[in-house]
Amino acid sequence: MYIPHTKEDQEAMLERVGVRHLEELFQDVPARFRFPELDLPPAMTEMEILSEMRDISGANDTVQDMACFLGAGAYYHYVPAAVDMILRRGEFYTAYTPYQPEISQGTLQGIFDYQSLVTSLTDMDVSNASHYDGATAVAEAVSLAVANFRGKRSKIVVSPAVHPHYRQTLKTYNGEDVLTITGDEQSTELDSGPDQLIPLIDMNTALVIVQYPDFFGRVFDYTYLIKAAHAVGALVSVSVNPIALGLLTPPGAFGADIVTGEGQPLGIPLSFGGPYLGLFATKLEYVRKMAGRLVGETVDIRGQRAYVLTLTAREQHIRREKATSNICTNQGLMALASTVYMSLLGKHGLRQVAELCYHKAHYAAKCIAELPAYSLWSNEPFFNEFVIKCPAPVSEVNLHLQDYGILGGYDLGQDNPELVNHMLIAVTEMNTRDDIDSLVEALSEVSND
Amino acid sequence: MKIPTNLKYTTNDEWIQVEGKIGTVGITDYAQNQLSDIVFVEIVVAVGDNLAKGDSCATLESVKAAADVYMPVAGKVVAINEALPEKPETVNSDPFGEAWMVKIEISEPNELSELLDPVAYEKQLKEKE
Repeated sequence: MYIPHTKEDQEAMLERVGVRHLEELFQDVPARFRFPELDLPPAMTEMEILSEMRDISGANDTVQDMACFLGAGAYYHYVPAAVDMILRRGEFYTAYTPYQPEISQGTLQGIFDYQSLVTSLTDMDVSNASHYDGATAVAEAVSLAVANFRGKRSKIVVSPAVHPHYRQTLKTYNGEDVLTITGDEQSTELDSGPDQLIPLIDMNTALVIVQYPDFFGRVFDYTYLIKAAHAVGALVSVSVNPIALGLLTPPGAFGADIVTGEGQPLGIPLSFGGPYLGLFATKLEYVRKMAGRLVGETVDIRGQRAYVLTLTAREQHIRREKATSNICTNQGLMALASTVYMSLLGKHGLRQVAELCYHKAHYAAKCIAELPAYSLWSNEPFFNEFVIKCPAPVSEVNLHLQDYGILGGYDLGQDNPELVNHMLIAVTEMNTRDDIDSLVEALSEVSND
Repeated sequence: MKIPTNLKYTTNDEWIQVEGKIGTVGITDYAQNQLSDIVFVEIVVAVGDNLAKGDSCATLESVKAAADVYMPVAGKVVAINEALPEKPETVNSDPFGEAWMVKIEISEPNELSELLDPVAYEKQLKEKE
């Protein structure tokens, strides 16, 4: 419960600091901004507010009301009820930064388990305690790489098939005035593979960034690209969809130096775009360049197993102005959600989810490709997302689908002018065969217009 | 607190041993004691690098803090202690010997006169206490 100061408390404090009235503390704020008139409606009772809020939220169509084929970085998966039940335990829900191991063993063990699961999933040596989202994690990969070369390499090669928001974030975050960020210019051929990046990689390249599956859903073999990068000493960062790793070869197995990812598909609801979860794993040799924190297992003075913050060397409070990142925290509750999710599913369960996504997506792609007015944009292997070319603007197609209770795919024309009329469709285990058949039928009507 | 008399010191607790044109750089006994157990050493320069006075040449991390080691004078790196990152605890056990960090060919010998002699360094430490 929030207990405000009493009048006596306030007076005692004012007297202590030598001020007569509270208003004197706000003298630096120009007078006209001090106590603005707020144009608010009359006060309502709790009962009235709840009713109004229900009316407002009732106007939304959610993924629970519609068949959802929208993905592009955030996916509608089933979240087992146990995830939320465990998250909302007070010990986890209200806990803050675990700097005091003697009172934070539950949170610390949760993070330790999270790190263990992320390293298994990605086949990397170490994982940090998480970042805010997939975009931040990619930006932090750049910070690691630049710090690794102590600023002596300043070129970042980024695939045009990395999520457009991630590319924007890494440019904002890392500053294009210091770094040369190249590879994703509008002129690049989107339909050619990752090897088109190889000529851009040179002795000044700190990091090469790719996505797996890429933004357009395609699954490329990055072995050759990674070899080319390593040949000139550059690092390679792979941004993943963690569900896809239930089925695909993990990036550690083909030589990735850093693996980042959006952890939302692992038991975190869509919730209008956040809070999400940034996965970040790397090789042991880069652990001291990794931002954030890392929890380790040790024993206490009685010899009992205990967890502590082992490495926080990159954090601002230790490195101060020399810190290579300003990330001093982790996405604790969301990391715990993903930990519970992965633990509930297990290795085989995760594979089953991935297989369901894969097979349903391939069924949908096959049916849509058979429609005369539609075609698949790419023949590359894909996981649960694919691009279709539509006979009309995607916004119109999506309006039509809405009439059938279907949330259509992502309009790729908004990021890439050359992909106008192209839609990115995501399919997960939540889409029934009936949903997919309805989608195909509704799409076929657009082609008949 | 050891303060060898054959060295010159910075106000920032680095030492330099001068032999002809060559200077060897490390951190003092006082510095290692302040940092406590050193768990990580990274030499952040390479042989051939030209460094100015005040450039960072190494990063140290202890169980409670992180610190950079700065060049007492300008010079060109002729050797780095490659064995040190493997045995960071040497910084605690032998700060003036085995735990040297870089050797440079001194390019601005006049900068040596700006450094503290052992007496002045000891005086500075006493003032800190």
